[in-house]
Amino acid sequence: MLGRIDAYFRPQETALKLRSHRQEVLASNIANADTPHYKARDFDFGTAYAAALEAKPTAPLAHTDPRHLQPSQRIDPFEPQLRYLNPAQGAIDGNTVEMETQMREFADNAVRYQAAITFMQRRIEGLRGAMQNQ
Amino acid sequence: MSLFRTFDIASSAMQAQSMRLNAVASNLANAESATSANGQPYRARQVVFQSALLDARARLPGVKVAAVVEDQSAPRLVYDPRNPLADANGYIAMPNVSVVEEMTNMMSASRAYQTNADVMNTAKTLMLRTLQLGQS
Repeated sequence: MLGRIDAYFRPQETALKLRSHRQEVLASNIANADTPHYKARDFDFGTAYAAALEAKPTAPLAHTDPRHLQPSQRIDPFEPQLRYLNPAQGAIDGNTVEMETQMREFADNAVRYQAAITFMQRRIEGLRGAMQNQ
Repeated sequence: MSLFRTFDIASSAMQAQSMRLNAVASNLANAESATSANGQPYRARQVVFQSALLDARARLPGVKVAAVVEDQSAPRLVYDPRNPLADANGYIAMPNVSVVEEMTNMMSASRAYQTNADVMNTAKTLMLRTLQLGQS
């Protein structure tokens, strides 16, 4: 019974966790907009979400030889592998944070976090409605 | 909870930018100080930013001021033979503060400060919405 409820909330819970993590990644980029040699990072939400729902590690390491080792520790699905962004135009101090892109992503991600909260709220209300005796 | 760490990151950036504003204020105030505490003309000070993990549990870097360095470029020489500080050729050494550079720095720092304040506000809004989950 409780396991069912858990599965019922899981998509939204996963989305909220990943959205808040991405919010932190973007905040870190924005904070380091003036730090020399800082490289902006981000992750793809869709891929990370699918991986976290399946609770598989985000990606196995590519191997070109059967003797190559895979990491023994599984990657935390809620803290996906970060990738570096390619800047449209480089800065003279080696910093790759582009403020306009980062601010757009930050606002976009904040709105989507709120959307996930709303969906979660609806799920809670739906469950509550189903539990009430008429 | 990542949103709390977002707070820490944004506040570290605001702290760093306000130190930068302090340095700019000091440079602009002393742009004409031909002597300072050590008898030499004042030298422009610049802050050096570095990204750093803020605590042991942090995964993503905030900003800290690694050092405040003095600009080692040569002082500006101004010809003013009647000044008591002038050397044998009638020149006084003035601070190497570039006012244009400092104004640019000031604008950049205050913009970055505002942006990070916005980031904080957004994180606060999201947290408050999260706290209201399940209330109807």
